[in-house]
Amino acid sequence: MSSNSASAVAAVKPDMKKHDLRRRILKNKAIYLMILPGLLYFVLFKYFPMWGLVISFQEYRPYDGILGSDWVGFKHYQRLFTEPMFWTIFRNTIILFLMNLIFFFPVPIILAILLNEVRLQAFKRFVQTIVYIPHFMSWVIIVSISFVMVTMDGGMINEGLDAMGMQKVNFLLSDEWFRPMYILQVIWREAGWGTIVYLAAIAAIDPQLYEASRMDGANRFRQIWHITLPSIRSVIVILLILKIGDVLELGFEHVYLLLNAMNRNVAEIFDTYVYTAGLKQGQFSFSTAVGFFKSFVGLVLVMSANWLAKKFGEEGVY
Amino acid sequence: MVHDKTIGGRLFDGAVYVILFLVALVTILPFLHIIAGSLTTVDELAQKRFVLFPTKISWDAYAYIFSTNTIFRSMLVSIGVTGFGTLFSMILTSLMAYGLSRRDLVGRKQLMFMIVFTMLFSGGMIPTFIVVKSLGMIDSYAALIVPTAINAFNLIILRSFFQNLPDGLEESAKIDGCNDWGILFRIVIPLSMPAIATISLFYAVTYWNTYLPAILYIDSAEKWPIQVLLRQIVILASGLTADSSGFSDDFVTPPDQTIKMAVIVVATVPVLLVYPFLQKYFDKGALLGSVKG
Repeated sequence: MSSNSASAVAAVKPDMKKHDLRRRILKNKAIYLMILPGLLYFVLFKYFPMWGLVISFQEYRPYDGILGSDWVGFKHYQRLFTEPMFWTIFRNTIILFLMNLIFFFPVPIILAILLNEVRLQAFKRFVQTIVYIPHFMSWVIIVSISFVMVTMDGGMINEGLDAMGMQKVNFLLSDEWFRPMYILQVIWREAGWGTIVYLAAIAAIDPQLYEASRMDGANRFRQIWHITLPSIRSVIVILLILKIGDVLELGFEHVYLLLNAMNRNVAEIFDTYVYTAGLKQGQFSFSTAVGFFKSFVGLVLVMSANWLAKKFGEEGVY
Repeated sequence: MVHDKTIGGRLFDGAVYVILFLVALVTILPFLHIIAGSLTTVDELAQKRFVLFPTKISWDAYAYIFSTNTIFRSMLVSIGVTGFGTLFSMILTSLMAYGLSRRDLVGRKQLMFMIVFTMLFSGGMIPTFIVVKSLGMIDSYAALIVPTAINAFNLIILRSFFQNLPDGLEESAKIDGCNDWGILFRIVIPLSMPAIATISLFYAVTYWNTYLPAILYIDSAEKWPIQVLLRQIVILASGLTADSSGFSDDFVTPPDQTIKMAVIVVATVPVLLVYPFLQKYFDKGALLGSVKG
């Protein structure tokens, strides 16, 4: 048995006898030992918290723990849907998501197509090197740099406005400027990195297609329109669908860093609300209910998005 | 692509180069502005506002931020967390990835599902906080490492890489009397150094950038990693968040622009230093195809 190749063992149908199964497990004792620490990690920090969601049906008190706290049924969920803040958060989430879809989503596609048109490899590499950088910076750095640039006391943007005889704008404390700032920072940090997937898809296009179209007299715009774009359509569809599955994932860190008392009515999203209500105000059970609602809707969205992708004839992701 | 010599083609090329150059410029300019600004004298920056080439290099801002222990201590915390964290993560991730790459493993499919499911659904912030708290990790450096030790994406990438190594290697090693640990450490890992290096760098950057675990689990200011301190100095000093608790004593008055810039640079430079190494790997697109299990 031990001299069998690994793939041959895997190919054996599962209708084998019990002691065979035991032998296969015992043979791999060392392998299970290797998996154990990682498994422990997933159980402790991923699956225990899932079980911990039961506190959203309790009046959780830290001293009594999960086992000692009183059960209250759907009380916190009822409160969630009657709380006026809930609808504010809901609206903020949807608006940020739509802005993301309209203003951010096309940018990496356009950038990738432009990069693909560059023949000078050195120039292409130079641009790629630069536009990938912000992805590796933390949100704290991205937001800090923005703050230093737009602050009222000495930021270059406001000083520029002032020099041009315009009124200074308090970008940081304004509820009108929160969304544009959020989206610009997302574009700055992620647009370059987002091109990687599209560039890989473009690289797989058969160069003969371009040659043939050139013979037919197609100019560069037509080549992009009739060859490049259709060839990466499936990647675009997949990423679009994945994005829809991610509606609720707007990035806690990013939004939390931009959030302040003046823009809370447009900036508060589910994650920041959970943090404030839960850890700052100690409403553990209620904020867990909010978090559970968010995670659950997120799961449903991802599953439907994946189903949709398969329906469109694309390979699903999960 | 063959050279396109038509007038339209040349115009098109010109436009592409100009647009991409501008995109690169706009992306990098804020960083250059911050680096140059941090090296400018307070007066010059106050006068010109936007500086790319300071007339006189001044290290005053750096002298100031390193005049107290605050920044230095935070840097040490971040360096420690990055070093130990990356090591810890890599041990857990590569052991598990190798185990899961073995096709003869009973229960492999179930374990993979268990991991992928955590990418789709999570217990969320509060229940995780309760777990970390009941493990006694609150306000300890372990809280910055252990609760985020394995990134499911990294695990799956590494597993695919191990899986694509030729099968014959393990066979021949076994015949030579090598056990599973020997195979992993003497054959699989040495052969996978590019993948190991890439994933290590990704972990290292994540640990250096760690922020959320710190604001969730760390109470004492002297244990703050650099990202938290940066936020205190730049964002809270502008009096801009609803929550201004735990403000560092060293920076009660809003600091000068040059000082804020210097702190940003200090938090940024380490990532910029490893960036060329990171780029070497992801440029080849080596990681992409393998993401899908």
